[in-house]
Amino acid sequence: MILQAENQVVDVHNLTVSYDNKPVLWNIDLTLPKGALVGIIGPNGAGKSTLIKAMMGIVPVDSGYVKIFGEALNVVRQKIAYVPQRESVDWDFPASVYDIVMMGRYGKMGLFKRPRKADADVVMDCLRKVGLVALKDRQIAQLSGGQQQRVFLARALAQEADLYFMDEPFAGVDIATETAIIELLREMRNDGKTVVVVHHDLQSAAEYFNWTILINTRLIASGPTPQVLTNELLQKTYGGKLDVLSQMQDIIKIEAFSVGHS
Amino acid sequence: MSEIWIILTGALVAISCGLLGSFLLLRKMAMVGDAISHAVLPGIVISFLITGTRESLPMLIGAGIIGVITTFLIEMLHQKLKLQEDASIGVSFTFLFALGVILISQFADKIDLDQDCVLYGDLAMIPFDQLTLTSGIEIGPRAFYVSMINLMVVIAVIVLAYKEFVITTFDNSYAKIIGISATLWHYVLMSCVSFTTVTSFESVGAILVVAFLVVPAATAYLLTNKLKIMLALSALFGLLSSVGGYYLATYFDSSIAGSMSVVAGFIFGLVFSYTKIAVRNTVQTEPILK
Ligand SMILES: Nc1ncnc2c1ncn2[C@@H]1O[C@H](COP(=O)(O)OP(=O)(O)O)[C@@H](O)[C@H]1O
Ligand SMILES: [Mg+2]
Repeated sequence: MILQAENQVVDVHNLTVSYDNKPVLWNIDLTLPKGALVGIIGPNGAGKSTLIKAMMGIVPVDSGYVKIFGEALNVVRQKIAYVPQRESVDWDFPASVYDIVMMGRYGKMGLFKRPRKADADVVMDCLRKVGLVALKDRQIAQLSGGQQQRVFLARALAQEADLYFMDEPFAGVDIATETAIIELLREMRNDGKTVVVVHHDLQSAAEYFNWTILINTRLIASGPTPQVLTNELLQKTYGGKLDVLSQMQDIIKIEAFSVGHS
Repeated sequence: MSEIWIILTGALVAISCGLLGSFLLLRKMAMVGDAISHAVLPGIVISFLITGTRESLPMLIGAGIIGVITTFLIEMLHQKLKLQEDASIGVSFTFLFALGVILISQFADKIDLDQDCVLYGDLAMIPFDQLTLTSGIEIGPRAFYVSMINLMVVIAVIVLAYKEFVITTFDNSYAKIIGISATLWHYVLMSCVSFTTVTSFESVGAILVVAFLVVPAATAYLLTNKLKIMLALSALFGLLSSVGGYYLATYFDSSIAGSMSVVAGFIFGLVFSYTKIAVRNTVQTEPILK
């Protein structure tokens, strides 16, 4: 079930990506609406990270194309921000929280330029938003999982982009941080930003996202969350694994609950 | 007088290597420095055969380019042919190095260049090759000026492109997303390493330059978690190794470059023990981070 968005921000057309001649994404065709909080959901190794990397143009594609804001990627780079998956970060790199968030300004600064006062102001502002001002001089390895995740969120915020890609921002994060982050993401959506999040917890997915993508190498579904998170489509995505089936029972309960309240 | 020139030249090479080595270490590419330092050998020999001297700028440039080609070869084997990175490094530099060795032995009668000189350098000989003004006044060893210009270029590149080096070192993909070319800065760094290796081959030699690229940076990495301080410390440890190494060599009447590497290793050992002891103490006193 693939529904097309109105007011499209991302347009992925017939996209195929492979590593070592093994297709990881097969013929993906989807669109995403402006001002949405989008969840990308699928089992491990389904190609979720690869999908957002392809959308940002950092993995070579076999065929198809991606348009962002109706333009080629190179034209709109400055409008795209990214929060990488935890595992891909070198936590021992000699950089403080402040240094990392400042990297979010590098793209706008231009070649050979140094950070100015305006950049420093934006960085401090973003640190405030994620509640890390007090820890700004800490080296990034000396933070808890939740704090580490917030550093990279702040770096993405410092880019002042319009479209945000986040790879599992809730992995290894405590409940309080997760709540704070989702609150921030909702605010961003309300400001008209589009936020695309790779997520693996089915239970919270129904509650967090207003647009959901289900993938497992192929695209299973893309559309408004209530129409996508159905028993049948989840079964198709996960291939009927037991633990997932039990989670689905809970989702159906949440759905019933949210219908009763909205 | 010649003593000061030797120490200064060694120090200049060590500081260039310490600065570049810090970035190589953080990119987990310390061994690429090793590869380049070996692979420039055929470049040195070929340029020598063409120009007939080892004083010429063309020779420097020719050999430097071979170094950059080496990193290109490594990237190609790794990316395009999917060979593991360490294997790619091993294949490329042993091939080029062997080529250099064959060239030297083939043309031994034509060129005033022997393997030992290229591999181990000879700091003690530096003062005999003076730069002379037109008025006939000797202003110091040529190697000193070459190393000095090299260091100035290295510092200028790092200062100007600091944020580009930092971002491509820390997070290649992110750099690409925000429009900073990871490939371009990779080759800029590798060019600097390559020219540093070539300019220092006759003073510290192609093998010992590796010690200067790796050891001071590794020592500095143990002591700080701020990049700018790491760069400064790495340069400082390079400097200390070259000064200490010189006096060690005169005391034992042995190889200067060798002694410098020994001192660098000794400093690393000291710092390593110090950090182990310091960690044990802080673990006991500092509350566990939440
Ligand atoms: N750089 C890579 N080289 C080779 N295979 C890769 C690479 N990155 C990912 N893969 C493979 O591609 C598939 C999809 O990976 P990924 O997009 O990370 O999945 P997900 O994020 O959904 O867990 C996996 O089978 C993974 O092993
Ligand atoms: Mg992933």
